[in-house]
Amino acid sequence: MFRYISMVICLALLSVLFLNATAEAQKILSVQVREGQLRATPSHLGKIVAKTSYGDRVTVLGERGAWKKVSLSNGKYQGWMHSTALTSKKIVLKAGQANVGTSVTRDEIALAGKGFSEEVEAQYRKTNKNLDYTWINRMEAMKVSSGQIEDFITGGHLALSEQGGKP
Amino acid sequence: MSKLFLSWRIGIISLAVMTMISCAAVETLTTVATTVGEATGTITKSQSESIRKSTAVVSKSLEDFTPEQEYYIGRSVGAVVLVKYQALADTKANAYLNVLGQTLSQASDMPELFGGYHFLVLDSDDINAFATPGGHIFITRGLLRCCRTEDALAAVLAHEIGHVQLRHGMKAIEKARMTEALTILAQEGAKSFGGQEVAQLTKVFGGAISDITNTMINNGYSRSYEYQADAAAVSILKRLGYNPGALADMLGVMAKQMKPGGTDFAKTHPSPQNRIAELKDNGQAFTGGEPPTVRKERFTKAAGHLL
Repeated sequence: MFRYISMVICLALLSVLFLNATAEAQKILSVQVREGQLRATPSHLGKIVAKTSYGDRVTVLGERGAWKKVSLSNGKYQGWMHSTALTSKKIVLKAGQANVGTSVTRDEIALAGKGFSEEVEAQYRKTNKNLDYTWINRMEAMKVSSGQIEDFITGGHLALSEQGGKP
Repeated sequence: MSKLFLSWRIGIISLAVMTMISCAAVETLTTVATTVGEATGTITKSQSESIRKSTAVVSKSLEDFTPEQEYYIGRSVGAVVLVKYQALADTKANAYLNVLGQTLSQASDMPELFGGYHFLVLDSDDINAFATPGGHIFITRGLLRCCRTEDALAAVLAHEIGHVQLRHGMKAIEKARMTEALTILAQEGAKSFGGQEVAQLTKVFGGAISDITNTMINNGYSRSYEYQADAAAVSILKRLGYNPGALADMLGVMAKQMKPGGTDFAKTHPSPQNRIAELKDNGQAFTGGEPPTVRKERFTKAAGHLL
């Protein structure tokens, strides 16, 4: 009995080590927001170094709290992104794209524009003509810049802790 | 000897579990943990089987909806809210609401959403507020009137951000519907969707919108969700240096202004008194000082005419 238990535990620990190793090797994440920013410091108030788009792949160089220091896949820019803007899944922008082989499972990829998407919304609106999206579009168009937020914080005697929200 | 063996065993198990937590997905963790648990006799095989199954379903349903999909759900949920309530076309108030709200969102645990956070005043005397899974947040003029300071308004918006962060809207979708949507998605794989799948998905989408809006507008979330959102609000306020007591202050005003039997917060939320009591029980009801003059001034300038 004891030997059996030890064996199972060893196997469990080995699988843990193996998983760790894979995690180390795959520190490439995808941007899961429509517009992402690479910032000079791990804070939403940090200067914007570069912009990223949905599905962009980034390599993780370091971490601080909920922030990850990343470099863009072209290697040109480095900066900080909040972890909620990133996913470990590979985001495939078009279904049927050549880079989606049979080797990747559904857990590893996310299909952009699929599932509940723009296409489904358009279809839904056809059968729900009473719905008006004018103000939804208007509110989405109300943009606030980092500078405005910074002024709002300092002007209001407030302070945003450097790391912002926790993951 | 057996005691020593037991503690060694527990040590190894917890070590394995701890290592796993730091590095792997919950699902894998559960598989290993249940395997260990099974082998060491701490749980039975059938118990471990059911833990594995339920974890697989839960982690799938939450993970398989991308922020992009939540955004599209959010847009339509917002459109349904705007059937019941009219938008208030007040540029000054809406601009202020968006700067305040986006500042608060950056201090939340979910600062990044697919389409970001957006805020809008609704032209109604009802005391109401809504948050969609896509980050569209609405607050009625009636609720604005319960806010005497920027700190109080911040508390209201932070509570709504709390609902987004805790994904309460998504959790209102019926399980069977979630499974149906995920099944269609799974079939699709990497292929292109045909018209039939789109039609099927649209039906599920419509159902999901109804689940969320019925909960948000008619039935209300559970009490525990409201208390969780209150707790999230307090921590957001603290992180930014707002008076965390502003939430309890605002609830005090709301208690006086709310009409019993109304179809707004009176119907969908625990009473303000109960919410204050819950905050007190958790040591989160702080006594508030006056906000600095600059905050008072900008609040009056942007929203004073609506109060």
